[in-house]
Formats: sequence, C-alpha cells, structure tokens
Amino acid sequence: MRKQRKWQTILFAMIIIVLTYLSSDITDFNIVHGIATLPDAVIWMFSNLFVTQESLERLPKILGKLAETILMSIAATTTGTVVALFLGLMGSKTTGTSNALAMFARFIASVARNIPVVAWALILLLSFGQNSVTGYLALFVGSVGFLTRAFIESIDEASQSAVEALRATGATYFQIVYKAVIPQCLPQMISWILFMIETNIRSATLVGILTGTGIGYSFDLYYKTLNYNAVALVTLCIVLSVIVIELMSNHIRKVIL
Amino acid sequence: MSLVRVENLGKSYNAQTKVLKDVSFNVEAGEFVSIIGPSGAGKSTLLRCINRMVEIDEGNVVFDGQDVGSLNKKELRKMRTNIGMIFQHYNLVPRLSVIENVLHGRFGYKTTLQGILGKFTEDEKEQAFYLLKKLGIEDHAYKRCDQLSGGQQQRVGIARALIQDPKIVLCDEPIASLDPNASKVIMDYLKSITMELNITCIVNLHQVEIARDYSDRIIGLSKGGIVFDGPSYKLTTDSTDLIYGTTTPKVEKRQLVTV
Repeated sequence: MRKQRKWQTILFAMIIIVLTYLSSDITDFNIVHGIATLPDAVIWMFSNLFVTQESLERLPKILGKLAETILMSIAATTTGTVVALFLGLMGSKTTGTSNALAMFARFIASVARNIPVVAWALILLLSFGQNSVTGYLALFVGSVGFLTRAFIESIDEASQSAVEALRATGATYFQIVYKAVIPQCLPQMISWILFMIETNIRSATLVGILTGTGIGYSFDLYYKTLNYNAVALVTLCIVLSVIVIELMSNHIRKVIL
Repeated sequence: MSLVRVENLGKSYNAQTKVLKDVSFNVEAGEFVSIIGPSGAGKSTLLRCINRMVEIDEGNVVFDGQDVGSLNKKELRKMRTNIGMIFQHYNLVPRLSVIENVLHGRFGYKTTLQGILGKFTEDEKEQAFYLLKKLGIEDHAYKRCDQLSGGQQQRVGIARALIQDPKIVLCDEPIASLDPNASKVIMDYLKSITMELNITCIVNLHQVEIARDYSDRIIGLSKGGIVFDGPSYKLTTDSTDLIYGTTTPKVEKRQLVTV
C-alpha cells in the first residue's frame, strides 16, 4: 500500500517534469536563461526606475490623472453594485422568485465575470472608442459579474432563517428584502464593495493603457517616450494609493463587522 | 367548527419518499396540542403545511374556514397574519434590535411602503413593549439580538409571533436548542400567555415528558403517519414505543439451568 503510494508520487513528479520540459521546449522558453538574466533586470530597474527632481515636476499632472482613475473606479463599483444587488436578489435561493430569473442572473454574472476586464475593454473599445466611457464600462461589467456572485453567496448564507420567519408573518417580498435581507447582509456586502474598489483601481491602470485614459495613459505615455523616471513616479503613486485604499477599507471593515 | 382541519394530508419532497401520508386531525380553538415523534417523522413539514410554508401535495388543510391550499398570494399573506410561528433557531435578524424584530410581526398588516419605511403606530409600539414586559425582557429592548442568550432570543421570537395578534401559534421545536432551565421558562411562557390570550397552540416537541406536562392533547407522528392522537394522560409507554419504534425493556424471566 505504502509502496504503491510512493510509486504514484514518483510517477506524478515525472509527469510534471516532462510537461514542464515539453511546454518550455515548444514555446522556446529557457528557464536557465530566464534566471540568468534576472540580476541584469534588477540592475536595470535600479539604474533607470528612480524618481528624479525633473520627474517630480510632473507630479501634479500625475496626481490629477490618478484622482481621475480612482474616481472612475469608485463610480464603476457603485453603479455596478446597484445592478449586482438586483441580480443577486434574483439569483439567490432564499430571495429568488423564479427559476428562470435566477438562471438569467447567474448567466449574466458568469458571462461578465469569466471574460477578463482587459478583454471587455478591448471589445468595448470597438464600439465606444478611446475614451473614459469605455474604461468605465469595462470596469462596470467586471464589477457586476463579481459582485453578483458575491452577493448571491452572502444572501444565501446570512438570511435564510429570518426570511422564513418574515414570510410566515405575511410580510411582502420587498418588506422582507429591506428589513431582513439587507440589514443582515450589509456588512458583508460593504466588505465586498470595498474589495471591488481596490481591485478596480488596480485594473483601471491596465484598462487605462488600452483606452488611453487616466493614470494608465500617463504610464503608457512616459514608457513609450523612454521617460523612465516618470514611469517610476507613476508606479510609486499607484502603489501608494492602492496601499492607502486597502488600509482604509480594512479599517472600515473592522468597524462595521 | 374546528379552527384547523387537516384532511388526508400527503406531502413528498421527491418521488421515492413520502414525508406525510394520509394525515387527518382537527384542532379546536383554544387547544394546546403537542406533536411528538422522532426526527424525520414529518413534524416540521406537517406544521409548515398549516401556514403553507411548504406546498400541500394531497388532501386539504382548512384554517378558520378557508382552504389553505387554494388561496392566492394575497389571501395567503392575509391568512398568515393570523398564524404566528416560532422556530427552533429563533429566526430573528441578529443584527437588528429586539424591538425592531418584534415589530417585524406587524408587517403582514402593512403596505409594502409602510413596512420598508418602518412606519409603526403608537399602539403597535406600546403593544410591543407590553409583550416584552410580559416576557421579562423589556430591559433588552434596544439591544441587538445577537447579544442575547438563546432563551432570551426565543422570547423575542414569541413576542414577534404574539404581536401579530394571531388565532394560532405554530411552534417548531421551540426548545430544542435550549438548556433545561431556559426550556422550562419558554414552555411556561407559551402555556400561560396562550391560555391568557386564548390563542390556540400547536407545538412540535421531541421530549415526551414536556409534551405530557404542558399539553392538553398529544399527536404522535411516526414515519409520516399519525400513530397516537388523544389526551395527554392517555399516552402510555406502549404508545410511546409505537411512536419512537423502541421497545421498553421488560423484566426478563430468568431460567435456572442446572446440570
């Protein structure tokens, strides 16, 4: 028995090694070469990516773009929340009114979620062009997908028993939703919304590169004009703002839960 | 005329197993009835058929002269305002205060908008405090429910059922998650208040002793069918054996074997 398990482990390891070798061979990727160039890459980063006096002069402009990005992320999250709330109520087993609607909500959520935000941005780019609406819509769709899924889980988990009790008193559907489901799920929902804002700020940078808006555009612009000091400043700003937002939402979470 | 008439009630959640088979009984106004039986006998389902929290498959349930199975949504809501329900796990909204949870019992009498905005009349609020006082938890009125002990939460559950001004209260294992002391307090309150307000009460229990102590009448349920129905004092060991499918050990005759 033990011997058999040992053989299984060896076989499994062999398969993984062979698969790794095959895939790197097919794609012409050399692991040894990759690791060997790592020190060079680090040296390059340290010699080029630092903030200089000259790049600091661009700070106000960068901060303006950063604010634009953050606000857009928040707007995409909050409007996405409203749609996701309705879809979540429709999709949940406790509050869903019909199977067809639940299927519909789950379908929308899964389509919106399983196509990456970047892909959404590229798809929407075709019809809306390079502007902030495209970026906003891409983030909005992603938020709706993720939040719907999260809300369905929260509602199912938190409020089943209270919903049953209120149904037994003869309460109407919306009374139950407003007075039992929402109060019970609110902390969890807010927690998910905060998480979504964090994620969206990160994705907004990437989406901005594609749609030519916000901080992502600044990054792209400086990068392509070989102004690496400015690139460093932009990156630093993004990292700092994400950390600040994360700390803030952690604090809010602690207070409400 | 009986308040509740259950006629040949049958219910199955899937094709293979029938949870309830041909169940018939009547409950008169003012009665205190216990339904006892092992887990899975169909007690909860039976109770939930009376206010149609589960759909009725076969037979009829008649509550207060209305055929429960044939009511439309609006009529069903109206009927449910007359039926209070108490649950094993209290089924309160834990993050809301005690008084808010009690007032939830009035939703059936309100329009959707009144309910959402939380518009309650002074009478309703006074009634809520009156009930909390009666149940000995008026000091906790503004506390959040999740800060209360199990016994206190169940009293909130009772207050929520009573503020509906119901004709009948259905209790689904009201003391199954409470310790013996809290159980006694809850059963005492249930008994005294329903007697005082002349409310009919159907209680699902699995403790035979408590059923015998508190109820006028006991219905024994086993494998979805009624195996005992009668006044509490008539419940003998034989009938409990029948309900629970056990055999009380009889004194064995010893044989002396001599070689």
